[in-house]
Amino acid sequence: MSGWIDVCDAEDIDLEDVIRFDHGGRTFAVYRTLDGAVFATDGLCTHEKVHLADGLVMDDTIECPKHNGRFNYQTGAALRAPVCEALATYPARLRDGRIEIEVEQS
Amino acid sequence: MNAFSPQIKRDYSLDGPENRHAVEVGLASAEWYHSEVPRKVMKSLMRRSDEAADRDTVLWFLLLIFTGSATIALWGSWWVLPFLLGYGVLYGTACDSRWHECGHGTAFKTDWKNNAVYHIASFMVMRNPISWRWSHARHHTDTIIVGRDPEIVLMRPPEIAMAALKFIGVPDIFYELRTLARNAAGIITEAEKDYIPEAERPKAIYWARVHMAIYGAAVLLALVTWSILPLVLIGGPRIYGCWHMVMMGLLQHGGLAEDVLDHRLNSRTVLINPVSRFLYWNMNYHVEHHMFPMVPYHALPRLHALIKHDLPAPNPSIADAYGDLIYALVRQTREAGYTIRRALPPTAQPYCEEFHDTDGVPSRRAGK
Ligand code: FES
Repeated sequence: MSGWIDVCDAEDIDLEDVIRFDHGGRTFAVYRTLDGAVFATDGLCTHEKVHLADGLVMDDTIECPKHNGRFNYQTGAALRAPVCEALATYPARLRDGRIEIEVEQS
Repeated sequence: MNAFSPQIKRDYSLDGPENRHAVEVGLASAEWYHSEVPRKVMKSLMRRSDEAADRDTVLWFLLLIFTGSATIALWGSWWVLPFLLGYGVLYGTACDSRWHECGHGTAFKTDWKNNAVYHIASFMVMRNPISWRWSHARHHTDTIIVGRDPEIVLMRPPEIAMAALKFIGVPDIFYELRTLARNAAGIITEAEKDYIPEAERPKAIYWARVHMAIYGAAVLLALVTWSILPLVLIGGPRIYGCWHMVMMGLLQHGGLAEDVLDHRLNSRTVLINPVSRFLYWNMNYHVEHHMFPMVPYHALPRLHALIKHDLPAPNPSIADAYGDLIYALVRQTREAGYTIRRALPPTAQPYCEEFHDTDGVPSRRAGK
C-alpha cells in the first residue's frame, strides 16, 4: 500500500538542491529545482550505495559525490559512468508549503 | 604476524587473496573520513563552470600547436630542443591531469567538453579510456587498499630503480601499449574484469582499436617518410615528456599508509609553482581531491584553505616532498612496513586509526 509522507517545509531545501530523508528504514533524496518544483528518488547511488544528498544538483541532474556518476533525478535515468543502473523515483508534491513524497508503506 | 602483515611482501594483484581479505575486514567500499565543510560552502566549491577549463584548454592546445609546429620546422637543428622539450611536457605530462579531471567530469560544466578532452587526453597518456575510467573509480572507492586499488604505483617493498625508470616512461609505455593491443585483440583479463562491468567491456575493446589504429598510422607515416618525426610527435612524448607527470604522480600516495580509511594518512598535498600547477591542474592538492572529488580543480586551492586546519601540513615544495618520499622508499627496502606518518595540527580531528598499519613504527615527521 502506498501513501503520502510528510518530508519537510519547502523552504528547508534550497532551490536547486537536495536533502536526505530517512523513513521506515529506507533513505530517500528529495530535490527542489530552480523554479521550486519537487522530486524524490532513492537516497543511495546505484553504483556503490553512497548518499546522493551529499552530491551536486545541476539543472535536472544529481551528481554523486563519490565518483561523479550522474542521474536525471526527474526520470531516474543514469547519465554518466560509473553509474549504469537507473535510480528509482517517487512522486513528490507540495501541499500547504510542505513537501510530501509517495512511497510504499510496509 | 599473519599472512597480511605489512612487514612481508604483499600481493597487490586484484584477483589474489588480499582482495578477499580487504572485503572480509571491511576495507572495501568502506566509509572514509572527511573534514567537515558546511553544505552551503561545499555547494559553492562544487559549482561547475566552463571558464577556467576553457581558458586552460585553449592555452594548452595553442601551446601544443606552437611547440609542435616549431618542432617540425626546426627538425634536424639543435634549435629544435627547447620546443621539443616543451611539446613533450605539454603532451606527455599535461595529458594526465586533463585525463583525470575530465574523467571525473568536473573540469568543465558542459559535459561534452569533458568527454572530448577526456578522449584526447586518454590517447595522449596511452590509457584505454574505458578501462581507466573504471579503474579510477575503484581507486577512489578503495584508495591504496592492497588487492583492491588498481592504481597503486609504489608497492612495498619498493623497486626504486623501476620507479626511476618511470621518468622516461619505462616500463609504463610497454605495459600500456601491450594492454591496448590486448584489449584491441578483444581480450579483457580477469583483473580488468574485477573493475570493468560487463556492459562496458565492448567499449574498452572499441577504443583500444581506435588508439592502436592511430599508432599504426603514425608508424606507417614514419616508414613512408622514413623519418622518426611522426613518432616523436605522436606517442613519443610519453617517453621524453612524461617526467613531470611521474614526478608529481609518485608524490600522490608514495611512502604513505596502505589499508587505511582516512585520506590524510595515504595522500599527500604539496605546494608547487604556478607552471607545475597549470600542467597538473592543481592535483597537488591531493588529500583535498580524494576527500571531495566533486570539487573542480580550479576550486581546490579554496578548499585547501578551508580545511587545512584538519590536515597534516602540506609539503612546502616538490623538493621537500621528495626528501620525505626518498627517505621512506629507501627505508622500505629493508623495513617494508614503514610508512610516513605526519603530525596533525592541534585543530584537526584525530586520524581514523582502525586499519592503520604503522603502529609502533617510528615516524620521520612526527612532531614536525
Ligand atoms: S557511488 Fe555514485 S557514482 Fe560511484
